[in-house]
Amino acid sequence: MIESVFDILLCALIVGVALAAVLGPRLFSSVVFFIVYGLFLSVAWTHLGAFDVALAEAAIGAGLTGVLLVAAVSRLDRLGVKEPAPAPPVARVTSALAAGGLSGALVLALWSLDPDGTGLAPVVEANLHASGVRNPVTAVLLNFRAYDTLIESVVLLVALVGVWSIADERHWGGEPGLRQHARPDGVLATFGRLLPPLGLLVGVYIVWTGTDDPGGAFQGGTILAAVWLLLAMAGLSDAPAITRRRLRLAVIAGPGVFLAVAAAGAVGGGFLVLPTEYAKPLIQEIEAGLALSIAATLALLVLGPPQRGPR
Amino acid sequence: MIAMAPVFCIIVPLAAAFASVVRPLPRPLVGLAILVVLGLTGMTVAEVWQQGAHRIPVGGWQAPLGIALVVDGLSGALLATTALVMTAVLLAALPEFADRDRETRKGWAFWPLAFLVWAALNAAFLSGDLFNIYVSLEFLTLATLALVSLEETAEALEAAMRYALFALFGSLAYLLGVVLLYAAHGTLDIALLSQADLQGTNSIVAAALITTGLAAKTALFPFHAWLPPAHAGAPAPASAMLSGLVPKAPFFVLIRFWFDVAPDLPGEAALQFIGTLGAAAIVYGSVLAMRQTQLKRLVAYSTVAQLGYLFLIFPLAGGDGLSQVWSAGAWTGATFHAVSHALAKAAMFLAAGLVVHAAGHDRVSAMNGLTQSMPMTAFAFGLASVTIMGLPPSGGFVAKYLLLTAAFSSGQFIWAAVIVAGGVLAAGYVFRPLSRTFFHGHVQTVAVPRRQQAVPLTLAALALLLGIVSSAPYAFLQTGRPIAAEEGLE
Amino acid sequence: MSGVDTGTIFALTGAVLIGIGVYGLLVRGHMLRRLIAFNVMSSGIFLMFGATGARGPAAAPDPVPQALIITGLVVALAATALVVALLLRYAQITGRAALSEDMPGEDDPA
Repeated sequence: MIESVFDILLCALIVGVALAAVLGPRLFSSVVFFIVYGLFLSVAWTHLGAFDVALAEAAIGAGLTGVLLVAAVSRLDRLGVKEPAPAPPVARVTSALAAGGLSGALVLALWSLDPDGTGLAPVVEANLHASGVRNPVTAVLLNFRAYDTLIESVVLLVALVGVWSIADERHWGGEPGLRQHARPDGVLATFGRLLPPLGLLVGVYIVWTGTDDPGGAFQGGTILAAVWLLLAMAGLSDAPAITRRRLRLAVIAGPGVFLAVAAAGAVGGGFLVLPTEYAKPLIQEIEAGLALSIAATLALLVLGPPQRGPR
Repeated sequence: MIAMAPVFCIIVPLAAAFASVVRPLPRPLVGLAILVVLGLTGMTVAEVWQQGAHRIPVGGWQAPLGIALVVDGLSGALLATTALVMTAVLLAALPEFADRDRETRKGWAFWPLAFLVWAALNAAFLSGDLFNIYVSLEFLTLATLALVSLEETAEALEAAMRYALFALFGSLAYLLGVVLLYAAHGTLDIALLSQADLQGTNSIVAAALITTGLAAKTALFPFHAWLPPAHAGAPAPASAMLSGLVPKAPFFVLIRFWFDVAPDLPGEAALQFIGTLGAAAIVYGSVLAMRQTQLKRLVAYSTVAQLGYLFLIFPLAGGDGLSQVWSAGAWTGATFHAVSHALAKAAMFLAAGLVVHAAGHDRVSAMNGLTQSMPMTAFAFGLASVTIMGLPPSGGFVAKYLLLTAAFSSGQFIWAAVIVAGGVLAAGYVFRPLSRTFFHGHVQTVAVPRRQQAVPLTLAALALLLGIVSSAPYAFLQTGRPIAAEEGLE
Repeated sequence: MSGVDTGTIFALTGAVLIGIGVYGLLVRGHMLRRLIAFNVMSSGIFLMFGATGARGPAAAPDPVPQALIITGLVVALAATALVVALLLRYAQITGRAALSEDMPGEDDPA
């Protein structure tokens, strides 16, 4: 009983913060509510026992998306962009009815489900020994459904190519984002000097531990991206120009290694087949490549297209 | 090794895309990549032709644990169509985007994006897993989004944002439907779900969400508003992919869902409703195409109309009709239309691109005197129009003939009327640009080499050829069709 | 209602969040607000996905939805980043952050 009181309180909080994020009158506070929303969701995932998702939601959903949105708000402020007029009352009423209707239909759909569940947990459990890893979520991500993950790593690359492709032609070949000027004795610069070594350690650990415990390339890579972003924002380390060969190799390394493993399997007769005895080293190799590319790509996605240079 | 050809149809374009990210490929390597993927696609088609439909379990894991790729007549035909159109697109793009002394924004971005679109289309056409389809469609959406915005005008950027809203919402609606199905049946595999008992509130809500999401991504009326500015605002080779190929991916998934996963679920009213939206798209898209003053907009509105025909598959071949003799004809007619429209529309956009390039502006009057100045391109536009209008002996004719026959056999005369009216309306909107080609006084500012003019002409000729040798593709499309394939062949 | 377990409560919360997201997508003209709504909607879907995998007596939640949610989170971030870049470039050129149909009384771009 106490349990469900906690559940209901947490859910009410999540819904309240989501409402504030979507309906809030000021854009900046909406973004802040959205970040808080992501953190509450992370708590919810922990409560549901989904620790990998909790880490990913905190790092990607709340953290990186939050940074992206905050940066966008301040950029729009500097550009002096006006808010559009609110939708007319008729549109608001009909939209509310449509949205409410959808939620209602979903509740009915959920109600008609078999309460005991019919998931794949037993099948995953039964095949875990052949996957090369002990964390069932990692087994699904990098072995049973590795093909999804391969495409997902490509999706990140697509987004980066897209972001760069809308650069101002004049700045092609320049450095991503705007030049950051942090005071050398300021808080950001201090953090920028203190946190990276710690962040680097935590990030690498989370990538490494993902085979057996919650964690993995996506969560760890996000933390590594955050380290780089912090360095960049503190003005301590500037991003290289987007035409630099080494930078471009870094963003394709992960999907490239993944694709090479997939192709090697296909030549041997099984697309993306990881033989059980080599599964663990192969997964670790893919994760290492992915973590590097994810860290670079995510940071570059947040920094945006080149907006200065080329020098 | 040959059995792995479909897989390499995804791997090779991806590898080419990765390499082009690092550095734009020199022309011979682009040519090599095209040849290799063409060859692999040919092997895939030959394999289906000889061995029939088959599944490839990715990672060696059988569904429901793993993801299966499905190689059958429909996916083979769409892979082949994609290969032909992409070959033409990449060849047409070489003069504009390749081999500059200095790397430019567009010259760099186009190549990885084009190869990524190729890989994404092949991934979507081969996938047999509902969540994997979601990831593949998102992959496709993001790559095409970047192509739409490539010109960087306010108009193109706005078109890209509007497209993003529809496409991202569509993906989420689809994903939500998939989540509900997984919650009820514990699998994402299309073949396993087809054996599950899909009925009740959960399945109906899931099916409605999946259909709505995919219809928004296919730009079915009334979700069409994003399409014309997005397709018309991109560079011509990108427009050819966007209009000819990209909407076929969500439509293909819709067919997989309604005919493979849940053939018994839809009620008669739902099928007629979707058919009505298709009919509305045909009429509305055609009327707006007639009113356009810009050439590429005209061609883009024609896509809104032509996509409408695809949705006639639901009232003509779905639900109770599925077990009827005309079902196979209607099903094949719609899929035939998807293929022939892809070839013809890509040809039309590539031809329009050359015309716009030569005239230096995008008004319909750019077509003036084209039979004199650029006869090959004028002929290509004309041939493509024959397929779009559905005149014999084109592939478009065979498609509409099959749909028409099904409409008469099933006694649904209203759809027959829509199909006939759609052909007349199409004649109306292609007449204006075509008649201008005979005018005098073409102002050609740039000369276009014959080599470039040959590309759209070849595609348009292929669309026509599809009608002349229709029996082989007809039989091929049927390979592995799940239900009622036998009865319909007579 | 004694049978209502944690999974069900969170799945229902997911349904509510999806509605909130759809409402925001429909009524907010500002593209950044629409992106927030898009992200609220997608996290609602993920919550429903994960929570329906955690219903019933099983101790551990289903790992398959968990893996797919992580994939979905990354895909959503990729989409958000691309649309943000589009929006910022659009705003730089036009001084607006909404589609022209959401800015009544102003001229079309270009």
